[in-house]
Amino acid sequence: MIYILDYGSGNLRSVQKAFEAVDVVAEVGADPARARSADGLVLPGVGAFGHAMAELAGRGLVDLIEERIRAGVPFLGVCLGLQLLFEESEESPGVQGLGIVPGRVTRLPDRVKVPHMGWNQIEIMQDSPLLDGVPDHSAFYFVHGFVGVPTFPAYVLTTTDYDDLTFVSSIQRENVAAFQFHPEKSSELGLKLYRNFARWVYGRER
Amino acid sequence: MLLKRIIPCLDVDRGRVVKGTNFVDIRDAGDPVELASRYDREGADELVFLDITATHEKRDTMVELARRCAEELFVPFTIGGGISDVDHVRALLAAGADKVSLNSAPLRDPALISSCAERFGSQCVVLAIDAKRVPGEGEPRWEAYVNGGRLPTGRDAVEWAVEAVGRGAGEVLLTSMDRDGTKDGYDLELTAAVSSAVNVPVIASGGAGSLEHLAEVILSAGADAVLAASIFHFGEFTIHGAKDYLYTRGIPVRL
Repeated sequence: MIYILDYGSGNLRSVQKAFEAVDVVAEVGADPARARSADGLVLPGVGAFGHAMAELAGRGLVDLIEERIRAGVPFLGVCLGLQLLFEESEESPGVQGLGIVPGRVTRLPDRVKVPHMGWNQIEIMQDSPLLDGVPDHSAFYFVHGFVGVPTFPAYVLTTTDYDDLTFVSSIQRENVAAFQFHPEKSSELGLKLYRNFARWVYGRER
Repeated sequence: MLLKRIIPCLDVDRGRVVKGTNFVDIRDAGDPVELASRYDREGADELVFLDITATHEKRDTMVELARRCAEELFVPFTIGGGISDVDHVRALLAAGADKVSLNSAPLRDPALISSCAERFGSQCVVLAIDAKRVPGEGEPRWEAYVNGGRLPTGRDAVEWAVEAVGRGAGEVLLTSMDRDGTKDGYDLELTAAVSSAVNVPVIASGGAGSLEHLAEVILSAGADAVLAASIFHFGEFTIHGAKDYLYTRGIPVRL
């Protein structure tokens, strides 16, 4: 079972139904025991970094996430869920992130329109099972004002150009992957990413 | 590169699409969700639902529409039409709407925009303006109307757009009342005036009759997105066809 972690951060139904659309069972909840038995974990979310970390901690999910990631369970972050994987964010100074991916989250510079909202393209920087069947320059739907900046380029899966800015739009470190955009709002190609994640979780035979 | 968007618009009354469509291959052409879902599969970048229900159940039917859309659609969607307070906005967003569009209410109470932007974020607050040209010599001017275009407000449409964006509107849905329904093309001067005055995306609306109209309002008037109803509803053009055309005109779109 794939478990979508609910920490009070808005509507997670859209992520759940994206899995349903590709015939994958995904549960939404915040039960650490249930999450511990999951084959794959998904951390979606919108809102502020500091608030989200506090909500995760309050539900006992910070330790759980670290534990399951160390155990090798496939993990997918979406939007704020990508940002939370970093060590810290300019949005909430002094708040520690999950620290799974070295680096920090920074505010989009003033010279571009913030939030970055709409359909934009990805530049694929390395192969990943998550991007199976996804052509380079494919478009996905973004809504965000902050971006993750990994310390090591090795963890950059895709980048995206926004005016004269190039930012990291998805990352992967071993069993942890994350998208800054919203696959669940990105029509067919977005659904393909959830299907790819499910295949990653269950293996190709399934 | 941020792509230009094509947005079909559906007018909905008591849960049903108002202007008929002549799609023959869908079960219920009056069902907004089924029609929207078809547009999603056809490549629509977003959808806008304008609820014109005038009954006192309006609020509930709109929330129900949002809930059903959220179940069926995999692209962002906006709901608008007679939204007048923060609680209604909250209910629509909680039901799964990505954005709400505000039209008449903020012209009476501009603080509604700031209240919504502060609570839910600018990204989900769309300001809809129904603008009509003011007759006369000299520089063109447009007046903002409310109540479905029936009531003039005396407000200059461009100034109102600037104020509303300053208060936190994240996007402007700009309808030319002069062009709406004419198929003569968008009001390029109006679109250019607003898009050069605000630093948020402007969705051009009213007057689309051909694919060239879509291209020209993006290329020469600075529109970030084009909204159209009848040219798609009646099957004159498909979304895919429209995108292919825009692409050949050098406009970046999601193909």
